[in-house]
Amino acid sequence: MAHAGNPQPVLTARAAGLIGCATCGCVSRPGTAHCPRCGSVLHSRRPGSLSKVWAWWLAGLIAYVPANLFPMLESTFLGRRTDSTIVGGVVDLVHHGAYFIAGVVFFASVLIPVGKFIAVGYLAYSLRYRVQLSGHMRTLLYEVVEFIGRWSMVDVFVVAILAALVNLGFVVGFRPGPAAVFFALSVACTMVSALSLDPRLIWDAVERDGPDHG
Amino acid sequence: MTGTAAIADAGGIAAGTAGGDRAARVLDAGGEVIACTVCDALHSVGAGPPMHGRLRCTRCGSVLLRAPRGALDSILGGALATVILVISAVFFPFLEISAKGLRSAASLVDVAFAFSEGITAPLALAVILMIVVLPVVRAAALGWALVPLRLGRPALPGAKRAFRFASRLKPWSMAEVFIIGVVVALVKIGGMATVSLGPAFWELTLIVLIVALESTSLCEKTIWRMLETRSRS
Ligand SMILES: [Zn+2]
Ligand SMILES: [Zn+2]
Repeated sequence: MAHAGNPQPVLTARAAGLIGCATCGCVSRPGTAHCPRCGSVLHSRRPGSLSKVWAWWLAGLIAYVPANLFPMLESTFLGRRTDSTIVGGVVDLVHHGAYFIAGVVFFASVLIPVGKFIAVGYLAYSLRYRVQLSGHMRTLLYEVVEFIGRWSMVDVFVVAILAALVNLGFVVGFRPGPAAVFFALSVACTMVSALSLDPRLIWDAVERDGPDHG
Repeated sequence: MTGTAAIADAGGIAAGTAGGDRAARVLDAGGEVIACTVCDALHSVGAGPPMHGRLRCTRCGSVLLRAPRGALDSILGGALATVILVISAVFFPFLEISAKGLRSAASLVDVAFAFSEGITAPLALAVILMIVVLPVVRAAALGWALVPLRLGRPALPGAKRAFRFASRLKPWSMAEVFIIGVVVALVKIGGMATVSLGPAFWELTLIVLIVALESTSLCEKTIWRMLETRSRS
């Protein structure tokens, strides 16, 4: 794209002594409490953003541990009960030969959550400490995390659908396991963590890290 | 590709010559100034949103404004479809399976109340919120805020609050994530029972496409400019 390269200095709203609204982009003078265009509360940078990010990040990480230890799904087949964890469910799908769906579940329940912990942690780290990644790559990472995080909830819905639908008496049945609660909690916490990150702080850090990071 | 031409129009305001009241100079320079919501860079967008394509931030590349044509139609179309489809899947079973002469069917409410025992009980409420309540409430809020704009009328009272509320709900309204869950669940069931998809399943699948379309055409900043001009009365 045309905006790669030539890092000419741009004036930010904060450098100009103004406040840009994080919702609609409207520019106001300092001291204005609410945005005149959209009514959002105005902050040049969202207060406490970094500590909120870390707090929710940690809560999500803690909830992710029992989500993987407890069974996600308890299935009964002709009277025999088997419990499967998240990873166990993926292994089952592979045994059934459903490689594509196994891939989808592995992606949504393992890769996305783990990747999200790393990405959000990295971005939060970059606000304090110098990192090598360019500003555009940091923005891309932020956008990917925001977009993709909610898709992890898919496994919770799968468990609910199986339990609601497959209830054929003695033949076969499913019940949700306790891991579903912890997993949903973990996904929600990481979503809040990513939403708490004020992206303008990322660019403040890019500016601090020097022109070759623009 | 009209996007590249638009980039030139949304010139970033350069940080040159210091001195004087910068704030006043920026605000009084004439034409509208907006700050990028991702990186805070100031841009003069004198002519407003482009006729085609989008204006991008010169610093971080994120979208500043987008051509408004058709945006309201796709947002409102998506909202209407969501209301109809979600409500129909609440009352009618959208999935049915059978094996060895036994049958079972499920509606959205059945799915949520699958979490009804022991520690999983609070999840029933969360699931009902994510796949039924929030999608419908969000669609209603969008309708309240944007239908008058589409009809060329002044905005209804509380339109701004409704639109702000809808934006806040967006990440938590998960109808389209749920559909992917249905597909995964069906494959898991596939080996052990015969699956028949009710019409509501296909309707729900439509939601995924509509919501995807909606999120590619929605630019909040552009909608906010429209809302502001229409509620000044
Ligand atoms: Zn605003
Ligand atoms: Zn920007």
